[in-house]
Amino acid sequence: MSKPKVAFYWCASCGGCEEAVVDLAEKILKVVEAVDVVFWPVALDFKKKDVEAMPDASIAVSFINGSVRLSEQEEMVHLLRRKSQLVVAFGSCAHLGGIPGLANFWNKEAIFRRAYFTTPSTVNPDKVVPQEKIVVEGKELTLPAFYDTVRALDQVIDVDYYLPGCAPPPQLVWNAVVAILEGKLPPKGSVLSPNKSLCDDCDRNKTKPEKLSIKEFKRPWEIMLDPEKCFLAQGVICMGPATRTGCEERCISANMPCRGCFGPTDQVYDQGAKFLSALASLIEAKDEKEIEKIVETIVDPAGTFYRFSLPKSILGRRKMEAIK
Amino acid sequence: MSQRITIDPITRLEGHGKIEIFLNEAGEVERAFLQVPELRGFEQFAVGRPVEEMPRITPRICGVCPTAHHMASTKCVDAVFHVEPTPTARKIRELIYNAFMMEDHTLHFFFLGGPDFVVGPQAPAAERNILGVIGKVGLEIGGQVIKIRREVRDIINYLGGKVIHPVCGLPGGVSKGLDEEHRLQFLEVARNAVEFARFALKIFDDVVLKNKEYVDLVLSDAYKLTTYYMGLVDANNRVNFYDGWIRVVDPEGKEFAKFKPADYLDHIAEHVEPWTYIKFPYLKKLGWRGFIEGKETSIYRVAPLARLNASDGMATPLAQQEYERMYEVLGGKPAHNTLAFHWARLIEALQAAEAMVALLEDKEITSPDIRRIPTDTPTEGVGVVEAPRGTLIHHYKTDERGLVTEANLIVATMNNSAAITMSIEKAARAFIKGGKISEGLLNLAEMAFRPYDPCHACGTHALPGDMPLIINIYDYRGELIEILKRD
Repeated sequence: MSKPKVAFYWCASCGGCEEAVVDLAEKILKVVEAVDVVFWPVALDFKKKDVEAMPDASIAVSFINGSVRLSEQEEMVHLLRRKSQLVVAFGSCAHLGGIPGLANFWNKEAIFRRAYFTTPSTVNPDKVVPQEKIVVEGKELTLPAFYDTVRALDQVIDVDYYLPGCAPPPQLVWNAVVAILEGKLPPKGSVLSPNKSLCDDCDRNKTKPEKLSIKEFKRPWEIMLDPEKCFLAQGVICMGPATRTGCEERCISANMPCRGCFGPTDQVYDQGAKFLSALASLIEAKDEKEIEKIVETIVDPAGTFYRFSLPKSILGRRKMEAIK
Repeated sequence: MSQRITIDPITRLEGHGKIEIFLNEAGEVERAFLQVPELRGFEQFAVGRPVEEMPRITPRICGVCPTAHHMASTKCVDAVFHVEPTPTARKIRELIYNAFMMEDHTLHFFFLGGPDFVVGPQAPAAERNILGVIGKVGLEIGGQVIKIRREVRDIINYLGGKVIHPVCGLPGGVSKGLDEEHRLQFLEVARNAVEFARFALKIFDDVVLKNKEYVDLVLSDAYKLTTYYMGLVDANNRVNFYDGWIRVVDPEGKEFAKFKPADYLDHIAEHVEPWTYIKFPYLKKLGWRGFIEGKETSIYRVAPLARLNASDGMATPLAQQEYERMYEVLGGKPAHNTLAFHWARLIEALQAAEAMVALLEDKEITSPDIRRIPTDTPTEGVGVVEAPRGTLIHHYKTDERGLVTEANLIVATMNNSAAITMSIEKAARAFIKGGKISEGLLNLAEMAFRPYDPCHACGTHALPGDMPLIINIYDYRGELIEILKRD
């Protein structure tokens, strides 16, 4: 029997997801033995022709990381969808939009203006901006189109499974590979990590009082962080209550609070809204004014509660008319 | 007949990269372009974020060198709050940083740059990868490569939480300390790392330096580019990865500038071209002079060889010996030989490993005094480190609550963007003659940018095969006449 064909592709991503695969370390040799990697890490136009030449559904599984920001990425993921039996959204960006999704607080115009005009080191008296098509000394050069909005993978194509995390821990990647190879997959649409909150697995949970009563939020730099105690009990925002577990509490092991890269559990659509509702029950205040005062100590609620999930939230993006 | 050659993708350079080479009617190379078809806008969406979160946001610029962004950002946040880390916190940061430099550099040698030499530039493509290297040096050593990478990365994992996107940096210190048990455990790893780095240099010696053909290649004009050089140095002008002054030397090796990172705007400017999303940094005082090399250029290079050129020596004894030996072979300083970046990288890996040992032998690193809480109102700051791929600058301004109002980033590989374009053009000129494209062009062109370590060392070049590289040749009507492929 021929080995299953596997593809890897990256969209708007940092390469950390590829590193996560390499971090399988010794196990990677087993992966190479078991599968036939037909496409990794990716190619653009011309490798695309090779994929186009493959029969539809001939790739057993495509692991796609990164969010979708450029025309080229959009075309490529449609192509891979057609050629693949399974598509796995690999990592936070493909799953939820990820950190690059924070760009949805702005648009192409604002991003270009900053990058090419207003950054203090940029010297651009002629107001040159990169063009999708340009003729330089008689030679035509092209660049992919840059969209206003960053999207998660399932906002562009149908996705079968999600492997969460920024980046996904090697053990989780390994579990997913084994599940696929053995055909022991959960129902379509599943996130391949346990369906419970980070707090359920967190060692510090036992230090969380029955009823939290927060009177003021602290930023991580403002206090000496207790290495044993629940962050929320210290008044520090920790996304644990609204975040799925499976990350091995890596940030918490370094004595830093969770920022939510695993996204919400199955029961929740909007991670930020879930966190807000969790938060409401933690605030100790007598009246509205006091609530307001306490909430004001959260300095960047949108950028914190939706750190990894803005494109997949009910907000999706900021309305740019509102800025002007 | 005029031709157009497209090399796409070349590999990861701050994301993706693509090379377009244009030939004139006589079939000689007229112009080469390195295009980076990607932009993500971190400088814009940083606005509004709490500045202490920047070290947790900016590593996503690059998952291959997240530790560099994390550290540059953390130092920038120190500056914004006008706070210095405690001595122990600084040692922990330097330990993490040197561990990162060591694993990134050595692995580059075995996974990406090395195969060209260890297996050979003319070897079949299917062998020119880590498996080929293992075939040549033996499985036991291949296993050691994987093991040392894992062990050194485990140090970052332990202290930073995650090796891919560490989280431990806070203004005035770090979030987690080091206990005695781990100090001893990591000290052993560090000592092994020194041995491993020396061993990698020995392989370079045996395979490259004892082979005249390779030495000639390293010294050849096709792989030479005359530019300025930039790197961080300590008070004695020795190479430093974590902190110091930015020093620039001219193409003859004379000091051109030496400045505090906070003054970078007086010295570095960025030029915009309409055909790529990446910008081209140059020396501001000289002005943008285009893609030219030599005395008249305003382009500087960064990363291993540039750092060695810009310094007076290494900061550790074993690395210093290797530094002296390298310049002896290359015929003095500065060396303009692009392929010597590979050599310089191994010398830096040795310094990083030696630095790890020194930091871990110092018991102060286990002190619980790891944070200093800022008391000043946050304003503005600059943070700089030497990333494996070059000088990395983060610059933030905030409001009085410490929310970012402006951010500017000059990212390591970006500093080399003009030089990479020019190196490729030069190699292409040397190997494409009269419209004849030699079969070896593929790898020879690839070898012109690989010394700059365009990120994705492992993912692309290692397993299961090789980095895909395709050159399509079009005639003047734009019709595809030939495909050269190596994958």
